[in-house]
Amino acid sequence: MITQTHFLVLSAALFMLGIIGVMTRRNVIIILMSMELMLNAVNINLIAFSRQLGDVTGQVFAVFVICVAAAEAAVGLGIILAFYRNKETINIDEMNLMRW
Amino acid sequence: MADQVVFYIFAALILGFAVLVITAKSTVHSVLYLVADFLCVAALYVVLQAQFLAVIQVMVYAGGIVVLYLFVVMLVNLKRPPEAHSDPHRLGKLGLVMGLAVFVELGAIGAYGWLKPSGVGGTLEANNIEQVGRALYTDYFVPFEVASVLLLVAMIGAIVLAKREQ
Repeated sequence: MITQTHFLVLSAALFMLGIIGVMTRRNVIIILMSMELMLNAVNINLIAFSRQLGDVTGQVFAVFVICVAAAEAAVGLGIILAFYRNKETINIDEMNLMRW
Repeated sequence: MADQVVFYIFAALILGFAVLVITAKSTVHSVLYLVADFLCVAALYVVLQAQFLAVIQVMVYAGGIVVLYLFVVMLVNLKRPPEAHSDPHRLGKLGLVMGLAVFVELGAIGAYGWLKPSGVGGTLEANNIEQVGRALYTDYFVPFEVASVLLLVAMIGAIVLAKREQ
């Protein structure tokens, strides 16, 4: 029997993998992709609760999350391109232009 | 029984592809694993009776966002590997502690679900697109319009950021 808990554990595990990706990788593109994984985990959670409660509100919020993810990907990749043009690297440890 | 098999297959695929995304050496391979991961998540949405979201997932994520990633991966032509330089000030221990905290949280969810099983859940009505559309255009009309403004701002921002300066 597939209960709500199965989806919650799957979503938490996917979110954790995203966190591990953000924490351990130094390639900014892979860090952005890990963030997409985390947003997907949130969407799974929202849709699982939407089914549990028999209400489409969770799905509406998942649509908004996808919209924000698209905006975040566009702006984040634009920042990466602008940074690459200046410093010829996409290593996050070398992104310290604004460090005091 | 059938839904159990489907769930476990897709859950294993989702987690396996996610591990491959964050461990792949080549960035292009990482992007391709990300596409597979998004498609498996879309299949899981169908299991969860969210057919409209599954279509949106395939079109926006697997079709749009990932192509954007591929373009950027091919535009940045790296002379040295991106992981070559490591900052000595990285807080590895703090990251480990926070990761363990999330792991404990995951265990707590599992233990709670094992002690007190939640029900299988209700069922949504069959006309999924109609329901989502009605909720979007009545109860959530203002957030819907704000989201369109957000997308416009993101589009202009991305163009301005990526534009070459004269």
